[in-house]
Amino acid sequence: MNTNSKTSKGLPVGARRAIAYAVLILMSFLCIVWFFILFINATRSKGELARGFTFVPSTHLIENMKDGVLYGTLPFVRGMLNSMFVSGCSAVLCTYFSTMTAYAIHVYDFKLKKFMSTFILAVMMIPTQVTALGFLQLVGKMKLENNFIPLIVPAVAAPVTYFYMKQYMESTLPLSLVEAARIDGSGEFHTFNTIVLPLMKPAIAVQAIFTFVSSWNNYFTPALILHKDTMKTLPILIAQLRSADFLKFNMGHVYAAVGFSIFPVIIVYLLLSRYIVGGTTLGGVKG
Amino acid sequence: MGKAKRGKVVSYNKWGYIFLIPFVTVYLVFQLIPLVSTVYNSFFENYRAGLTQVGPNFIGLKNYATLFTNGDLLIYTKNTVIMWIMGFVPQILMSLLLGAWFSDPSMRLKFQRFFKTVIYLPNLIMASAFAMLFFALFADSGPINSILIGAGILSAPFRFMSNIWSVRGLVAFMNFIMWFGNTTILLMAGMMGIDPNLYEAAQVDGATANQIFFRITLPLLRPILLYVMITSMIGGLQMFDVPQVLTNGTGDPVRSSMTLIMYLNKHLYSKNFGLGGALSVLLFIVTGIFSLIVFRINTRSE
Amino acid sequence: MKKRTLSVLLAAVMAAGTLAACSGGSSAPAEKPAEEAAAEETVEEAAPEESAEGAVLNIYCWNDEFKRRMRDHYPGYEDVDATHGKIGDVEVVFNITPNDNNAYQNNLDETLLKQADAADDEKIDIFLIEADYALKYVSTDFAIPVKDLGITDADLADQYKYTQDVVTDSDGNLKALSWQGCPGLMIYSREAAKEVFGTDEPAEIQTKFSDWDAFVASAKVLKDAGYQVVSSVNDTYRVYSNNVTTPWVVDGKINLDENIKKWVDDSKALVDAGYAGTNELWLADWTKGFYPEGKVFAYFGPAWLIDFCMAADTEGSIANAGGWAATEGPQAFNWGGTWICGAAGTDNPTLIADIMRQLTCNEEIMTEIVKQDNDFVNNKPAMEAMAKDETYSDAVLGGQNALPLFCAGADKISMDTVTKYDQACTEEFQKAMKNYFEGKESFEDAYEAFCKAVIVKHPDLTY
Repeated sequence: MNTNSKTSKGLPVGARRAIAYAVLILMSFLCIVWFFILFINATRSKGELARGFTFVPSTHLIENMKDGVLYGTLPFVRGMLNSMFVSGCSAVLCTYFSTMTAYAIHVYDFKLKKFMSTFILAVMMIPTQVTALGFLQLVGKMKLENNFIPLIVPAVAAPVTYFYMKQYMESTLPLSLVEAARIDGSGEFHTFNTIVLPLMKPAIAVQAIFTFVSSWNNYFTPALILHKDTMKTLPILIAQLRSADFLKFNMGHVYAAVGFSIFPVIIVYLLLSRYIVGGTTLGGVKG
Repeated sequence: MGKAKRGKVVSYNKWGYIFLIPFVTVYLVFQLIPLVSTVYNSFFENYRAGLTQVGPNFIGLKNYATLFTNGDLLIYTKNTVIMWIMGFVPQILMSLLLGAWFSDPSMRLKFQRFFKTVIYLPNLIMASAFAMLFFALFADSGPINSILIGAGILSAPFRFMSNIWSVRGLVAFMNFIMWFGNTTILLMAGMMGIDPNLYEAAQVDGATANQIFFRITLPLLRPILLYVMITSMIGGLQMFDVPQVLTNGTGDPVRSSMTLIMYLNKHLYSKNFGLGGALSVLLFIVTGIFSLIVFRINTRSE
Repeated sequence: MKKRTLSVLLAAVMAAGTLAACSGGSSAPAEKPAEEAAAEETVEEAAPEESAEGAVLNIYCWNDEFKRRMRDHYPGYEDVDATHGKIGDVEVVFNITPNDNNAYQNNLDETLLKQADAADDEKIDIFLIEADYALKYVSTDFAIPVKDLGITDADLADQYKYTQDVVTDSDGNLKALSWQGCPGLMIYSREAAKEVFGTDEPAEIQTKFSDWDAFVASAKVLKDAGYQVVSSVNDTYRVYSNNVTTPWVVDGKINLDENIKKWVDDSKALVDAGYAGTNELWLADWTKGFYPEGKVFAYFGPAWLIDFCMAADTEGSIANAGGWAATEGPQAFNWGGTWICGAAGTDNPTLIADIMRQLTCNEEIMTEIVKQDNDFVNNKPAMEAMAKDETYSDAVLGGQNALPLFCAGADKISMDTVTKYDQACTEEFQKAMKNYFEGKESFEDAYEAFCKAVIVKHPDLTY
């Protein structure tokens, strides 16, 4: 009856659930298998790698980590600190100021509001590579080469993050809340920091992860700006390891280095992901 | 400040400007100046021949003319769009599907946290490292071929990298794997914001899961969906790392997987600020047009 | 309230900035622009009393080959870490930028162009260049004529002439020196030779590959036995391109030499007959023949290919078992080479001159390089002595002393046709022709694509 009527309109829950599990397991496999392959490859020596792939780990993991990464010719440990610093700062600056920008557009009414919101949307469409040439010239003129500033500070103006924050605020942040805070005598800046930011936590977590990861994996800009070994971030060092001359070229080292560089992002992701998957809802205020 | 005389709307609204200061300042310095110089340069002959600087000499629209008469631009635009769509369509469908399943209370899926966590993981791998892995896996003498031959499916290695559609397919597949988790997370965040009462009411009225999804979830998801489409499209038009590493920069076979940014990247070789600038401006215009179309579609169906 | 928060925020941002600067110059005082190269130690006291020359020797290169040469063979060089060393009181800094995506040259170009404004210890002192783009740097004033460094013709008398011709500018100034000569040979698998031709004797194998017709005939025999004659048709490219009569560019126009066209036609025939593949050099599918199961008969290359690239240190490879042998092949050729340039504006001219003399003119040191690294050095007497040396043999070549063959090859090398466009032309030509070889497009279309690709890299050319 009830179940019958359901079948007529769609598959029964049991069948749908079975399909869902099958798809989810397949997708999970497709998501994890790469890490497995990376791991297997990181345990294999140069010669073993050259002769084909197996699914059984080999015994060279420690050797690869030592020779290729930790005590190799390239400063990977330093590179990891550099990457952490750059990505961490970018993520913080980006999410904080993008939220602030979105807040400005969302909450206040001012003459240039329309113009600004359209403007930011328009500039979002400019690919970063498009301005790379000009950016590089500018960095050269400001004498900011071999410096982290051109990698971190531009994160303050991130139209894409702003756009997400604004979309999110539209469904989450009722203006009445801001009004109420004003009545309580809270200053605007105070309201933003103590009331708005906590409300935005899920969105901030999402964007913090995205920003952190994309900064962590960014090769294009850092490669143009950082030339000093002690300043280089992990993607540059990995590229350098890959283009080592043939005598020393060792894919086992490369895979070990890739694994080494993925590890911290996974940690950061797992730490922040509870905000995303833990069921914190968008409609926190609405209850 | 608001303690003594609150209530003057004007006095609050100046905060709109104040809160915009960081964004605007940083934008002006780090993005607008480079952008303006890019556009400006596009009207000049300005490149390096070896170590000798040629130009800048004002040549009007000649760079644009060169790009159009050369004929490759259209092909590369087409390649980029094809590979983006091949990756994006399955990606958005899968994300909506997963999002619907996760947010559908009647499904009561177990291990949700695990699944939700796992789907984003591929995004953590550097695109270039990911492409490197694929390149090794799908090489003529690589493991995929040996598995297929070992299983008797193939008799000779399939040359994945020498076939237009297998290369494009691999690029699309990699983009799909790397980005569907990202999209799902964004959609889920949006779905969880939908008032649960709406669902309950619909269920009481006897709506099916499909009806709930298409009548309630999807319309309410529009702002996030719009965001996903626009950003994915911008990202798609900027596709670079994956095809670059996978094809070793050639975009082969017959440049069928050469994207616009790969082409732009080639102009960086000669520091060709003129032609590269013109290409950048065109890229901006193309992105703008596509974004407008997406916006228009979204507002029309409202 | 808000004011305080704002100032806290500002402080935080500034702290971030300072931190950035700090982590930039490690222990150097975190002050803005001229981030000290790493001359953290007692540079300031040391410099004046030492000599009039600079305290830091900056070397720009793309890998650590040169660093290893310095470490192993330059007298008085002490290794500090991966990118630093010391010669007396002078700190040696290796600025290594990988070749990927032209990053090395981009970085070098930018730094050279700013050379005049740079602080003395930041200036490039030495940079390395390769044959394919040597003229790009040699034809500018950024490279110092070696004569100005005090290196005389007598110093250079023992070098192979062609290694000097390549790096001599249009006014006759020699601007760079190399420790290497790069004559190439055909390097074939002994195992495969025995199996297919019944012998692995270089002289007998040579008769089967003495010219291109014999090469094709033998390729057929190899194919029937399940071998590819070469891993990729790109293997033979250098043999043809090194025997051209016209350069890649004539009067600013891209030019296709007849011999290059012959490579295209011969290669197309090889590919169509299934005798050889179309893999790009250096990638996994190309290197599979370094192992017996790869079923590749031969590679073409100079000494550095044999000892650096053929996976000699990897168990299971043919090289590891000493399973290769070398013979002249159809034609003599040359491939690659690294040259040392002194950068204009350097503050260490004496030291540069000494490094050049020791590594590229000193017979004793160069003989040592041959013995230790099996490189073919740029010193005729040393090479000829080694060629006659009964005790010298190359383990990778199964104990063969291939130096007589290399020496004979080196005498035949002519590099009159090099241009500064060779790197772009070579790379793009091989990429474009792959599509033709695989039957994806016609030769004309592939050639047009090649021309367009070269012009993107060199907008000053036409076709």
